[in-house]
Amino acid sequence: MNPVLKLLLEGGSLTTAQMAQVLNLTEGEINGHLEQLKKEHIFLGWRPVLDLSREAAGAVRAVIEVRITPERGGGFNRLAERISRFDEVESCYLMSGGYDLLVFVTGSSLQRVASFVSEKLSTIEGVISTSTHFMLRSYKEQGYLMDVPSEQNGRLKVTP
Amino acid sequence: MDTNRFVARHVVTLPKSGIRDFFEIVAKMKDVISLGIGEPDFTTPWHIREAAIYALEKGKTHYTSNLGLIELRRAICTYVGRHYGLDYKPEDEVLVTVGVSEAIDVALRALVNPGDKVMFHQPCYVSYHPSVTLTHGLGVAVPTHAADNFALTAAALESAWEPGCKILMLNLPCNPTGGTCTREQLGQIARFCIDKDLLVISDEIYSELTFEGGHVSIGSLPGMKERTIFLHGFSKAFAMTGWRIGYACGPAPLIDAMMKVHQYSMMCASIISQEGAIEALIRGEDGVKRMREQYHRRRDFVVRRFNEIGLTCHLPRGSFYAFPSVTATGKGEREFAMDLLEKERVAMVPGTAFGENGRGFVRASFATSYEQLVEACTRIERYVAGLR
Repeated sequence: MNPVLKLLLEGGSLTTAQMAQVLNLTEGEINGHLEQLKKEHIFLGWRPVLDLSREAAGAVRAVIEVRITPERGGGFNRLAERISRFDEVESCYLMSGGYDLLVFVTGSSLQRVASFVSEKLSTIEGVISTSTHFMLRSYKEQGYLMDVPSEQNGRLKVTP
Repeated sequence: MDTNRFVARHVVTLPKSGIRDFFEIVAKMKDVISLGIGEPDFTTPWHIREAAIYALEKGKTHYTSNLGLIELRRAICTYVGRHYGLDYKPEDEVLVTVGVSEAIDVALRALVNPGDKVMFHQPCYVSYHPSVTLTHGLGVAVPTHAADNFALTAAALESAWEPGCKILMLNLPCNPTGGTCTREQLGQIARFCIDKDLLVISDEIYSELTFEGGHVSIGSLPGMKERTIFLHGFSKAFAMTGWRIGYACGPAPLIDAMMKVHQYSMMCASIISQEGAIEALIRGEDGVKRMREQYHRRRDFVVRRFNEIGLTCHLPRGSFYAFPSVTATGKGEREFAMDLLEKERVAMVPGTAFGENGRGFVRASFATSYEQLVEACTRIERYVAGLR
């Protein structure tokens, strides 16, 4: 695996200068690796992991199960890509089982999300049905625990 | 009243660990980056912690067999067989102990008669020599050197040997040096042990953290299993230091003798820790691999930086310790460590805390985050540059 990618996956918050030190590369080489990963569409971009419930202007999030009609030639792709392009859509996955797409949506209010579903999503030709679940509380976000006091490992400063 | 007169003579003369007073100084300071910590910075993987919680919920709160839970001993035998090529019987060749520390103590108490000589390589873990002294044995230190990457050599053993030597204690990979032996070097040591009729107590607590060449267990070499007590535990590889859980494997009569000492002193290891240990052995290996990969990269970074800074450092093949020389700075190891701590707030342990043969060296643990390691090296570099 690409060494820079490995370091990123370990979840630390090293700057590119620190990464360069750890991996014995120049900062330019680190940036080169990142560019290469982007070119290969492996590394898509940086985004912070946030606990939005602590933000005053908190967001509403919903998970929507969508059933769609597959098409000859393209299967589910054309519709899935079309749905994915909406700004409201955070993530979109093709699923096995009782529905086809699982769509994660964010909006500033319940009404916004509801109107996105009723006016945009449901009206697309080929969408058979939607089932919307609003998220009430997040306990873990992309590997980070919420509302759990960080673990003080309490190591002594010097031990044999 | 002078209460000191009640203290046993051999305890009065027993020196305190050289780490103790250093710890007192560091503990009082703020903003110290400590490279002086001999335990993983990782918290025990959650699935192991969860298994222990589950055991408590199910009412696992009782004594276990003196030898330890049979399920754990079976899991140990499977693990040791697969990783070390050693075949032990769970019924009478395994003893679960309160960490390897207890296993060492119990082994020495079971085996050493007053005046028996016990060889150990030095620099070494702080408890080896005192544990021998406490059993009224005599410690025989065998030096290891930076020129050999701190591997123990048969030649060094040969010249340190004296009549009355009965036991050789090994700790490969070694705390504090990270040194270990190749299969060939170990083969020469094995021949020496057979030749001199020595019993080997082999503490292999850092074996999973071997970065190059794979770990070889001395007990797996021809003729060695019957004269080896294999000691291992969960502290380092599984990040379970505070659980205090380890084990000894060896010939049934020796395990039986150790069990006698263990049953009258410790009774059994904590059942909660034993339950956690079972989970660690059965499902913990992915976690071990992940942690080893991180230590590996940190080692490469730290050792390279030390050498750049001018603190000559061999490449430790195992453990999470680097053992750089400070002689180029013109300072002794203790003076260097104290001065560095005071001026740059970085703590490293003076090599002499691990015996006389650690003179001129300091131990740097890289069981800490990249951010801390990068910053520590920057500070050390600034400090060393200031000395010129």
